Amino acid sequence: MSRALVLHLAVLAALLAAGLMLPSYHTTNLARILVLATFATGYNLAFGYTGLLSLGHAMFFAAGMYAAGLPAWHWGWSAAPALLLGTAAGGAMALAAGLLALRTAGVSFMIVTLMFAQAFALTLLYFNSWTGGDEGFVIPATARNLFGLSLSADTPRFVIAWAMFAIGLLAALALVRSRFGRVMVALRENEERARMLGINPFAAKLRVLVISGFYAGAAGAAYALLFGYAGASFAGTQYSILPMLYVLLGGAGTVLGGVLGAGLMFYLTEVASSLTDAWMFVIGAVLVGLVLFAPKGILGWLRGKFWRGLP
Amino acid sequence: MAFGPFLLLALMEGMVTAAVLSLAAVGLSLVFGVMRVVNVAHGEFFMLGAVIAWFVTGMIPGPPWLAFLAALAIAPLLVGALAAAADGLILKRLNYDPEATIVATIGLMYMIQQAALTFYGPDARPVLAPFEWRVQLPWFGTSGYKFFVVGAAILLLLAVWQLMTRTKAGLVMRATQVDRDTARAFGINVDRVYMGTFALGAGLAAAAAVLVVPISQAHYLMGHDPLLLSFIVVIIGGLGSLRGTVIAALIIGLSDGVISMFFSPTLAKILATLLVAMVLVFRPQGLFGART
Repeated sequence: MSRALVLHLAVLAALLAAGLMLPSYHTTNLARILVLATFATGYNLAFGYTGLLSLGHAMFFAAGMYAAGLPAWHWGWSAAPALLLGTAAGGAMALAAGLLALRTAGVSFMIVTLMFAQAFALTLLYFNSWTGGDEGFVIPATARNLFGLSLSADTPRFVIAWAMFAIGLLAALALVRSRFGRVMVALRENEERARMLGINPFAAKLRVLVISGFYAGAAGAAYALLFGYAGASFAGTQYSILPMLYVLLGGAGTVLGGVLGAGLMFYLTEVASSLTDAWMFVIGAVLVGLVLFAPKGILGWLRGKFWRGLP
Repeated sequence: MAFGPFLLLALMEGMVTAAVLSLAAVGLSLVFGVMRVVNVAHGEFFMLGAVIAWFVTGMIPGPPWLAFLAALAIAPLLVGALAAAADGLILKRLNYDPEATIVATIGLMYMIQQAALTFYGPDARPVLAPFEWRVQLPWFGTSGYKFFVVGAAILLLLAVWQLMTRTKAGLVMRATQVDRDTARAFGINVDRVYMGTFALGAGLAAAAAVLVVPISQAHYLMGHDPLLLSFIVVIIGGLGSLRGTVIAALIIGLSDGVISMFFSPTLAKILATLLVAMVLVFRPQGLFGART
């Protein structure tokens, strides 16, 4: 086994041990962190590795959340098919948005994705009789059951979140170390040169965006099923900013950056909100501080200093 | 009421939206045009203008019009100063890299929102209009202050127009917009132009907010819609084109008024956001911009 694989497996093992042994307050926190980390890991594939700075990932997250939550609410679906449908919905949404948005690049791409996400969030509000609108809806308890495990209990909830994150993390590791992973980095570094080497940038970027959408959709669906609530606030701009924040903090273009950033940011906000209620200020200050002083994030800095081969 | 008066009412509401929007959007457009910076915190500068107007009108005794005029002078100045500081402390040090500045202004947006929430509170509060004057039409009555808003916005826009086309400062700004390096080679202090432009853009947003706050109330989250609509207007009008921005503000403001009145405000916003995304995808120079 390569050193990188050992490191990632060790991180997964440590997370599992932490979740099973720490008091239940932290188990619940960790479950939430791992769901958000799955979201961020997928975001990092698009942003960190391929250079696609999207401001619309909330749309993929919410697509997963509603595609899992609405059937559970309206037709009493159980968790397994809801989770699958949510994942698929995230990817489908990314495909639809990407087909249009990837015709643009850079700042235009950011604005187009932002606008699509905004339109999607407003659409959720517009059909409020069916989606629950602003207030959202509670996922019925019957749907929160996966293979006999009740998703409202602390430990099974954590284990499901961990399993999803583990699959996502190892898949991301395999992806970025594959041939296609090098194509992704090539597109980020110099799209024209990549095109000259015979790579079709549009097709490759679309593929990355759809993969990223699967991650976001799975995370959104899991969030709804594990925590029992779906609402339009999850489609808001904030949920596009959060994965970007996690990735910038942990390290853009590092496989573990998403989970490191999500964990740090979660506990930072916890600490901050016990001192003051100014959590938005913390988010803002971290964002500004990162772009000013540490644009590579923690793992990016470590990679530059100590371990050049860190994926 | 019959259809005609309804339409008239919708168009009048739309005119007010268009007036306020064109001011805010021209500010955003100036910043983008000259500095190539997409300022996500623009909506918060708008909000700050309204909040400062509330503080100022509360502090200044005397007739409402005096307090209002004071707010109209003080709020844009304070907000402009804050923007200049943000430019010097943050944006300049990022070298105006487009993507990094977007992330930084997102951070700025959160910080300003939190500051407003902490120091001003979560309530929406009214600001007294400078005068009470009711206009009675045959079908409905309306506040005369709305006509004042439209008039004041037109005056301010003309002032910006004069500034950009007739003064040395405007010439310098336009030169920087066309080619920053050549401008620097000709001895223009580009850093100062950027700082001034950012302050001017923020000040315009604040002025727009002071004008509209007697109609709409001040609230710490009120910056969201103006930001979204300003983006829409600036993109449809063609990034960096002032004339296009004003035309687009008229179109968006009026159609927003009409669609909101006859269908639903949410639907109006959905259509506008989708329109703007499509414009960026298929006609990136804007509907009124020339292809460069």
